[in-house]
Order: sequence, then structure tokens, then C-alpha cells
Amino acid sequence: MSMSGISIETKSLDLFYGDFQALIAVDLRVPEREVTALIGPSGCGKSTLLRVFNRMNDLIEGVRVAGRVLIDGEDILAPGTDLLRLREKVGMVFQRPNPFPLSVYENITFGLAVHSLARRAEYDRIVEEALRAVLLWDDLKDKLQRSALGLSLEQQQRLCIARVLPLKPRILLMDEPCSALDPIATLHIEELMRQLKSDYTIVIVTHNMQQAARASDRTGFMYLGRLVEFGETAQIFTRPRQELTEQYISGRFG
Amino acid sequence: MSPRLTQKIAFTVLFLATLLVVLPVAVILAIIVAKGASAISWEFLFSMPRDGMTAGGIFPAILGTLYLVLGAVLFAVPLGVLAAVYLVEYSSDNRFSRLVKLAIVNLAGVPSVVYGLFGLGIFVTFFRFGASILSGSLTLGIMILPVIITSAREALESVPRHFRTVSLSLGASRWQTVRHSVLPHALPGILTGMILGLGRAAGETAPILFTVAAFYLPRLPQSVFDQTMALPYHLYVISTQVPGIAENVRYGTALVLLALVLLLNLAAIVLRYRFRKRKKW
Repeated sequence: MSMSGISIETKSLDLFYGDFQALIAVDLRVPEREVTALIGPSGCGKSTLLRVFNRMNDLIEGVRVAGRVLIDGEDILAPGTDLLRLREKVGMVFQRPNPFPLSVYENITFGLAVHSLARRAEYDRIVEEALRAVLLWDDLKDKLQRSALGLSLEQQQRLCIARVLPLKPRILLMDEPCSALDPIATLHIEELMRQLKSDYTIVIVTHNMQQAARASDRTGFMYLGRLVEFGETAQIFTRPRQELTEQYISGRFG
Repeated sequence: MSPRLTQKIAFTVLFLATLLVVLPVAVILAIIVAKGASAISWEFLFSMPRDGMTAGGIFPAILGTLYLVLGAVLFAVPLGVLAAVYLVEYSSDNRFSRLVKLAIVNLAGVPSVVYGLFGLGIFVTFFRFGASILSGSLTLGIMILPVIITSAREALESVPRHFRTVSLSLGASRWQTVRHSVLPHALPGILTGMILGLGRAAGETAPILFTVAAFYLPRLPQSVFDQTMALPYHLYVISTQVPGIAENVRYGTALVLLALVLLLNLAAIVLRYRFRKRKKW
């Protein structure tokens, strides 16, 4: 736990896909145990920024990054950074629910097996904890050996959240986690985020402004690779300081 | 001409073309079964040839072919799958990987007799394995490598991208991702390729001609350094090299070989079908 209460900090972060600059001088401070939302029109760089935090951009060929990204005070862009440890600490939930075509149980123990984090005897307990944390235990306790692909989309997405929890991450990155869900399921996931934030720092990318307004404590508005404005969600949505922010949240472009 | 007439002509021509494709297969099968079925007996399948192959069975040839196929698969499947994993999961699209892919495509087009000569030069002579099951298996193995690699590559590429992304995002290493999130889901395709390779290895004559096949060897091989009889070569021998072999014995041997290859292909088709039905993504 960092003393400052800042979980993620970027300092003049630039990111290039080949010749295209996707992030321009981004300075961002994400507080611990809060929900931080990143909003902005398609292609503004919000998902790219999210993927910097667990270095998933490394998988794309031709990506270059400059600047600093501190997670709990440690520069994760430094050479020699242990990516496997980083991704243990920074979990990710994707846009489409994407459980492995395995059983519910195996989906949750996947990370444990990969990191040899626990003895098999502890698996049952850990699976139960993870499913309880995402409020799936009562629904699924008798269906642990069923294929995860047979669940509803909402349950699948909850399972995907549960899947990262056994690694004891400090940060959860969520990349438009509700875009494949219906409005009711969306509200349920938002409620879940409010509960999870007492234990985790959550960063969520969303194209849904109502969602940012409902579910987040802080909001960053991005446009063309820049972080235009960052502040408390209530302030961003009621008294934005930047003209551009005001135009976007009032729906004049996007 | 009226459209109705041209339509009728087109349909007839297309149908006849299709029929012409299927007909030879049916005729071959019918002839071989008609002329060979009478030779098939317990004794024919499971006893040694006698009296200069004019009597007795073809057991050593059947067993020899099974040994050769098994050896080829033991060699080619691990090597081919590992190469495919490297090409799909590790190498980026650079000059080297393109060259390798090109080589594999070309390898598939090499005539089988060239593999035979290659096996003779490398395994029999250079490595001094002699004409042996080992030499023959390795030669057949190299011949079916392209099939194995190509089908394994296709199987790996058909595993959805997000399996890898999710696995990596959970902090799995590249290898763990391949091992736990990709390979298990590619297994059906890999198995199918393996069986197709098996069928091809069982039927080829040229690659075993110089490397292993014995003209007449009425005993079973004792080690991988022994020669053995094999079905395709045996068929060639009794059909063209030895006079006075009863017709039904020749066709019976062909029938056994054909049945073996068809059975292997059928197994591949059934396997693929069953896995496809189970696939859910």
C-alpha cells in the first residue's frame, strides 16, 4: 500500500502505434480504492491507456511507450519489469465476457494453477470466496463443474471478474465491461463495482456516460490521445472546467 | 436457346462431371472387393507367407506396415506440433518464418520417391541404420511432416485470440498460455492431421522401397534395425515380380491395404465430426 493513497500515476506518458501517437503527454493520478472512469469518443485512447497499466499493449507489434507509469510507486515501464507479477497485481476484465471453455471451477482456479499460488486443498475455499465476492455463489454452488459457456452473459462477466480475484490483485481494469450486457445486468455489474472498491482500485473504460456518472468516483475525459480533464465525477458532469468536456457530456459530439 | 433448355444442359453436364469423379472410386472398390474378398480369411491375415509367397498369409506385411506407421507418427507428430507451435505462437512474421512456411509447402509437393532416395542417402547410408524399420519410419515421418505441421497450424490458428489474451492478462507466461489455454483446444485438429498422415504413410511404397521393405521375409522383425515386409511393397512384389500368385491373393492384399487406409481416414473424419459438435465458441 502506498502512503500517498495513489494507486496508479502516469507522468507525461506517450504511446505510439508505429507512427501514430495514440497517447499524448498523459498525466493521471488514480486514487486507491475508488472507481475511476475513463470516458471519451471512440479512438480517443482510453482503452490504450487502460492497457498500459498491465502492459497488454506489449502484445501489439510496433508499440512504443515513453514517460513513466508508477503502480504503487514502482515504474512498470522500467526494463526488467516482471510482467507476470505485474499482471498478477493488475487484473483485467474485457469487453466481451470471455470465460475459458472450461468448468466454472476451472475458470477460477486457472490463475492459481498458473502462479502456483495455493495448494489444491485450498482451491475449494478460494473458489467459494471468489464466487461470493461477485455474488454468484448462491446461483452456482451446485453447478461448479458445469461449462462456464452455459451461463448467462451477466453470469459469465461476473465469472470473469471472479477469475482475477484469486490472484489477490490490487487493481482491476475493466474495459467496457458492460457493453455486451442488457441494462439490468449493467446495473448489477455497477453495483458489484461499488462493493468491490472497498478492496480494489478499479479503473473502468466506458463509452456510456450515464455509467461513468452512476458508478465512478472520479472521471477522466480523453480526446484524441490527450487527457483533457480529470476530476471528481460530480464536478466533471456538473461543472466541467474545459469547454471540450462540456460539449462531450452534453452530447454535442461523440 | 431457351433459358429452360440451357439450364437443363448445364445441370446435366455438372451432374455427369460429378458422377465421373465418383465413378472410378466406386469401380475400384467394387473390383477389389469382388476379386479379393475370397482371399480374406483368418489364416490369410495372421499367418506367415509360404512357398515363395504363393501360399500362406500376409501377417508380416501387415505388422510391418503398422510398425512403420507407428514409428513415423512417433517421430513426426512431436516434431511437427512443436514446429507449428513455434510458427503460430512465437515467431513473428519475418523473413525466417516465411521461409520456413515456404519450405513446408514445398516439402508437401516433393514426390514420394524423392523421399525414398533421401532416406536411403541419409538414414540407411550416412547414419548407417541400414535398411531397417528405423530408416523407413524416419523417411515416412519426414514425408508426413508437412501434413502434420499444416494441420497443427490450422488447429492452433482456429483457437480464438482471446484465449491467449485472457491467459496472458492473468499473468500466465507465453508457454503456460500455449500449454494450458491453446494446445488443449487445438488437440482435435492436431489429432485429425495425425491420422491423415498415418493413412498417407501406410499407403506409400516409394519411401520404403530403398529404406526398409523386404522382398520376402517370412519372419517377424525383432528390433527397429531389422528389415520388414510392408503391405504396399508386398502388393507390388506379388503383382509384378513373382509369377504364379493367385489373383485373389493379390486383390486380397490390396483389399487389406485399402481397408487399413480407409479405416484410418474414417477415424479422422469421425473424430473431427465429434469434436466439431462439442466445440462451443
